[in-house]
Amino acid sequence: MDNIAGTKSSLTWVVHISVALLVILWLLPTIGLFVSSFRTADQIATSGWWKALTASEQNLTLRSAAPDTQVETNGLFVIEGQLFDAAQEAEISAWGINSRAIDAFKPGDTADLRKGGTITVQTDGSYRMENTEAFAGKRGQRVFVVATVPPELTFENYRAMLFSDENATGMVKAFFNTLTVTIPATVIPILVAAFAAYALAWMDFPGRALLIAVIVGLLVVPLQLALIPLLKLHLNIGIGKGYLGIWLAHTGFGLPLAIYLLRNYMVGLPRDIIENARVDGATEYQIFTKIILPLSFPALASFAIFQFLWTWNDLLVAKVFLIDATGQTTVMTAQIVELLGTYGGNWEVLATAAFVSISVPLIVFFTMQRYLVRGLLAGSVK
Amino acid sequence: MHPALQGLMTIVIGVSACIAYFALSNQFLDKVLFPARGPNAGRNINRANMIRPWLFLFPALFALGLYLAYPVYETLRLSLTDRVPGGGYEWAGLDNYTQMIAEPKFWEAIRNNMLWLLIVPALSTAFGLLAAQLTDRIGWGNIAKSLIFMPMAISFVGASVIWKLVYDTRPADQDQIGILNAIYMALGGAEPQTWLTIPLWNNLFLMIVLVWIQTGFAMVILSAALRGIPEETVEAAIVDGASPLQIFFKIKVPQIKNTILVVWTTITITVLKVFDIVFAMTNGQWETQVLANYMFDKLFRANDWGVGSASAMVIMLLVAPILVWNVRNARNEMR
Repeated sequence: MDNIAGTKSSLTWVVHISVALLVILWLLPTIGLFVSSFRTADQIATSGWWKALTASEQNLTLRSAAPDTQVETNGLFVIEGQLFDAAQEAEISAWGINSRAIDAFKPGDTADLRKGGTITVQTDGSYRMENTEAFAGKRGQRVFVVATVPPELTFENYRAMLFSDENATGMVKAFFNTLTVTIPATVIPILVAAFAAYALAWMDFPGRALLIAVIVGLLVVPLQLALIPLLKLHLNIGIGKGYLGIWLAHTGFGLPLAIYLLRNYMVGLPRDIIENARVDGATEYQIFTKIILPLSFPALASFAIFQFLWTWNDLLVAKVFLIDATGQTTVMTAQIVELLGTYGGNWEVLATAAFVSISVPLIVFFTMQRYLVRGLLAGSVK
Repeated sequence: MHPALQGLMTIVIGVSACIAYFALSNQFLDKVLFPARGPNAGRNINRANMIRPWLFLFPALFALGLYLAYPVYETLRLSLTDRVPGGGYEWAGLDNYTQMIAEPKFWEAIRNNMLWLLIVPALSTAFGLLAAQLTDRIGWGNIAKSLIFMPMAISFVGASVIWKLVYDTRPADQDQIGILNAIYMALGGAEPQTWLTIPLWNNLFLMIVLVWIQTGFAMVILSAALRGIPEETVEAAIVDGASPLQIFFKIKVPQIKNTILVVWTTITITVLKVFDIVFAMTNGQWETQVLANYMFDKLFRANDWGVGSASAMVIMLLVAPILVWNVRNARNEMR
């Protein structure tokens, strides 16, 4: 419908470029974190993620082997070795032994150490320390290098977070906790809402219109209002903070949207089917379970995705109703906020943690986008 | 017990309890209370059918009442009382409100919330409309849409981490790892900025996170509305020699005015409840406080339930006009 004669060709490429720009703008932040999660702490700290795929010049702080590895030959104490890790290939363009002059020497030069002795560093990172007396101290000599490091991506961050035994970041536990919160908090409201939606759509009883209006009103009640009274209630009746409490809370908060979406969908189902079934002697319960429920699958799926995304991504409800002082039941979002505090500058931990938590919703999003869009349209345009 | 196993068990128990309620209560109604046989079969069926809707509705109404309706009342009550040390409550009148109004942090939160309310819905809707209009015209539009829509699936906390990296700052003598500072320096900036600590501007940097998330939502809905526009109107405009811009602003936008309004209000509600982004990125420091985070602060740090409830009521008050508008719209539709 936009085929205006003569203007099309000149406009089309403008449109293509603008869309491409928009997409890049929208993707860039996520890509940045994604790429970062595959880089080592050193790489992230010294260069931007956009340099991850090209060789980059980095300032590195490395350390020689400790003095207890020294070898004495003919009265000369020698420590030899390689500054870089075995797998790392890098080219040193300058180096130094003082943090204020990190590019004081060229590869092959020999520097005098402050505590006596000399050190020679080669381009490939191999070094040789010589001294006429034994090297003292516990730790090796610090060497600052300016090196060109080839791009290197690693799964180490994910391995350390998900499969190492120490599990220092607690993300594995948080992952299972999140799952434990999410699945019942998605399934239970669907069940409850489906019955209510059917009653509101196809059963006749006084007060039906009023109920629907109330539910539309409750759609926008901010859940901030519910925090204090319900926490008080949970503490009073003995549920306290825990899974039961958060399931109930998520059920309550998800219900208005669930009922609204499902009712709107069910009202649109053909009247004939339901009336025929009634004439044939089916009970309402049978009509609901055998006819309505299977036919409503698209709406059920839409809401399920919404509720899943919302409960998976939720922070506030979990902080209020689930996580107690022991922190044993923490969910991923809360754990990431925790990590932001404790690992504030450790982007390799943060990026990896964020992507562990984002991955599941992203998979759900890309596989079931159709239902998500349908649900959005039904929920707000009607 | 392994947490996963424990989770699985509770899922099975919870879900089967739900199913059992509906199945058994219906059985009970039909077989025991009002059996559809015997001398009163007809009357029993009618009675059963009068009760059944409430049977279907009961769990939902109970949960809605307890988790959404009762809190409105209870929060109002709590906002008018004070907790007495050692237990119990005493009537405090409007003390909590006057105390809240006297706090500069509260006014900072109100000011920031107003900024959020103006900027986020406006930008999200504008970008959404632009993206919807542009992607509708090209072959790979659906892929583009799905990529712009993607942030919807990312949690506010995840988005906060993503954007914190964008805003990251390193000392001037090091390479910048945050892309915003890298661009700023490349364009000749004097020294790297710590974006999240510049008062007033840092609000904007937080808002961008939400705009980034909500634009996809606006785009999806507006794109459906744009497709619903009758083609004749556009064709007539083309025949009359309207330029593409004129077609967009004078023909298309007026026809989807209502949808734009719906998108705007939906995002407005999200904005009023925004908590996670501020909590994770600045926690209200450097003058970025917003109402929802102010309330969380009062509730769990200051442990002041009275003022916390009072600030929750302020959020409710701000949502109220939209609530009324929504209910009226829904009633009009049903008529």
